[in-house]
Amino acid sequence: MVDKPTFDSEAGSLGASPDEVQFRFREDEPVDHGTVTVDACCDQTNATAVRIEPGDDTRQLLPFLDRLALIEVNFPTFADGRGYSAARILREAGYIGELRAVGDVLVDQLSHMRRCGFDAFAPDRPLDEEAAQRAFATWDNVYQNAADARRTIPELRHE
Amino acid sequence: MYAYDKYDQAMVDARVEEFRDQARRRLEGTLSEEQFKPLRLMNGLYLQLHAYMLRVAIPYGTLNSRQMIALADIADKYDRGYGHFTTRQNIQYNWIKLEDAADILADLSRVEMHAIQTSGNCIRNISSDHFAGAAHDELVDPRPYAELLRQWSSFHPEFTYLPRKFKICVIASEKDRAAMRLHDIGIQIVRNDNGEIGARFYVGGGMGRTPMIAPMIRSFVALDQLVTYAEACLRVYNRYGRRDNKYKARIKILVHELGAEEYTRQVEEEFAHLLDVGVEPPRAELERIKEFFADPAFEDGPKTLDRSDPDFALWVDRNTHRHKHDSYVSAVISLKPVGGIPGDASGDQMRVMAQLAEQYSFDEMRITHTQNVVLPHVRIADLHALWTALDQAGLGAPNLDTIEDMIACPGLDYCSLANARSIPLAQRISERFGASGKTAKLGELKLKISGCINACGHHHAGHIGILGVDRKGVENYQLSLGGSEAEDVSLAKITGPGFTENGVIEAVETVTDVYLQRREGEERFLDTYRRIGMEPFKEALYD
Amino acid sequence: MKILTGNDLKSGAVIWWDGENWSLHVDDATDVGTHGEEIMAREEALRQVNVPYMIDAERTDDGVRPSHIKDRVRALGPTVRPDLTLKPQDPQALDWVI
Ligand code: SF4
Repeated sequence: MVDKPTFDSEAGSLGASPDEVQFRFREDEPVDHGTVTVDACCDQTNATAVRIEPGDDTRQLLPFLDRLALIEVNFPTFADGRGYSAARILREAGYIGELRAVGDVLVDQLSHMRRCGFDAFAPDRPLDEEAAQRAFATWDNVYQNAADARRTIPELRHE
Repeated sequence: MYAYDKYDQAMVDARVEEFRDQARRRLEGTLSEEQFKPLRLMNGLYLQLHAYMLRVAIPYGTLNSRQMIALADIADKYDRGYGHFTTRQNIQYNWIKLEDAADILADLSRVEMHAIQTSGNCIRNISSDHFAGAAHDELVDPRPYAELLRQWSSFHPEFTYLPRKFKICVIASEKDRAAMRLHDIGIQIVRNDNGEIGARFYVGGGMGRTPMIAPMIRSFVALDQLVTYAEACLRVYNRYGRRDNKYKARIKILVHELGAEEYTRQVEEEFAHLLDVGVEPPRAELERIKEFFADPAFEDGPKTLDRSDPDFALWVDRNTHRHKHDSYVSAVISLKPVGGIPGDASGDQMRVMAQLAEQYSFDEMRITHTQNVVLPHVRIADLHALWTALDQAGLGAPNLDTIEDMIACPGLDYCSLANARSIPLAQRISERFGASGKTAKLGELKLKISGCINACGHHHAGHIGILGVDRKGVENYQLSLGGSEAEDVSLAKITGPGFTENGVIEAVETVTDVYLQRREGEERFLDTYRRIGMEPFKEALYD
Repeated sequence: MKILTGNDLKSGAVIWWDGENWSLHVDDATDVGTHGEEIMAREEALRQVNVPYMIDAERTDDGVRPSHIKDRVRALGPTVRPDLTLKPQDPQALDWVI
């Protein structure tokens, strides 16, 4: 049930990480101006794109979700998993804009990120396309509820 | 016990293929060791002193004969004919080749086993009471809850890159046989005043460098909110657990630094939010799982024994545990023969245990965190035959809960993190106490040995604990007294300066002498220590 | 002397740099002087070795002896299973480790 990503090879300006959005699972036009920090976003009433660092409190953004079209979540190192919680919290709060994983994003984390609500991926180092496709499709079914709308295994068992 | 359905099987099979691909990419060089390491660790594959080491999960310590035989076959086919049962109720193999690892995982998946999340900064194998489903004093069988949590925690998308490893334990009796409060989350299934069954949560326990006993953060969580509550506990940890210092990254430090009250407040807030979101599996799922753990067909039979053979009587007294059905007992196979390596079993011994489980224990076994194997449901009428067979296979050591039944981690003989060897100490102590007959005089005495501060050997929780340290390149051992991981949980205190290998064995001799001189009535070593305190032991050791 | 050790990528076996190749026997280890880093980087890139590191050792009459007990255990095998070590017939091997 994984939707096929569209590949964005066009060179264009996409905020802080313009060219590097390698996978995008959205139909809408990418936001094309820079992201600001969480603090700046809370002060600045017109920012529409923001970048979350691991130490930020994602919930600070919740009052502003309506005006945000792009939220980048930075993974300075793949081993820092705070961004997974950030993503789910945003989706749980009803955020429907682009949620982009940036930084040290590797093939083997893609399926989990997708489940947590990321719908765009801008890895520091481009990933092998084929390996990434396999990674997105790793799990036919899943055990837990998360930010995707997939029916979980416990639900399937009791249909 | 639990049996996979097509979904569980597909998950494990998919993981095998995923790992096969990852291992291939590593061998071909597209993955660096730095990138591969967290992936192999999530499949239980370590690089140890002599080779790769594979840790296979035995969920809540329960396995059947077919699975035990598969473990034996792996030992013989891919390793050097043996495996090591660990304090996490798992088994590890010491001589694994990277090239073989995916094939081993495939062999495991054929018997509904895996090595998923037996390492790495994720939720590890869930542990439980090794007498679960058999003990006379349990409220309910805790394993369905452990299985529910196993599924929830497997490949959890949010909690795979936690600040540090995460261990959960579920028990369901007042007596704690699983060191529940020394886990990151300890869950006790309880009944509340209204007669409902629910879960009591203890969070932030652990051993390691900074041992802590988990405080209770909620006395009752309704069963249809169990997963949601666990999710809330984990989310607060994932967001706020320290990531700046590996040694401060466990949840115990977060709970300690925030204070249990503040941590609880944050969890409750997240819990309320997650209840709105709706992450709990359908209640019917728990009921489905429970059916797998229904009692086997127990039959009434003789309730007494012919105790005329003193060796047999001794084994019965030491190595059996009261069962909920009065015609049965749980029998414990000691993997601590005098002079042996604690927790090691050869492929052949595994097959013997598997065959005996099939014959005498409804095809079930349990691994204990004290590195022994339980046959949970043995008819009293069959005990003598069972003991005879065990004895013939060299598995009849009658020493459960005695000083010979010590926990020892692999230590410097196998483990790349070790400072000192653990196993030779265990061997020498059991030989010495076995030969002098002192074992019997001492009664219950829990000795636990770790080869480094990571405390895999649970030394903080030993009545007597030994910790290996590195003193200018020479092995040195610290002695500690007064720990317990049972319901009377406490952390051991260091006696003073460390000892050489010979010195620490003498020191164990000395402290047990103090106990024998000072004990009153039926006191165990631990009771005497608690009554008289550290001083008399110190005096005897250092003056 | 400075010697190099690590594990074989495929088998995980403990290996030692003998100047041209990797050997299972510590006695083959050669002094790498100041070239350690360079050799390690090259060999790791070639996937001849996994997680290599440099240690101090001394050459004695009996062969090469790593300074730290951990590497001596690695060089021999588990002291509690002499049958699985590289020198199963040699009762003195254990003393060499300690
Ligand atoms: S306590 Fe230390 S030496 Fe022992 S197994 Fe754990 S990490 Fe290794």
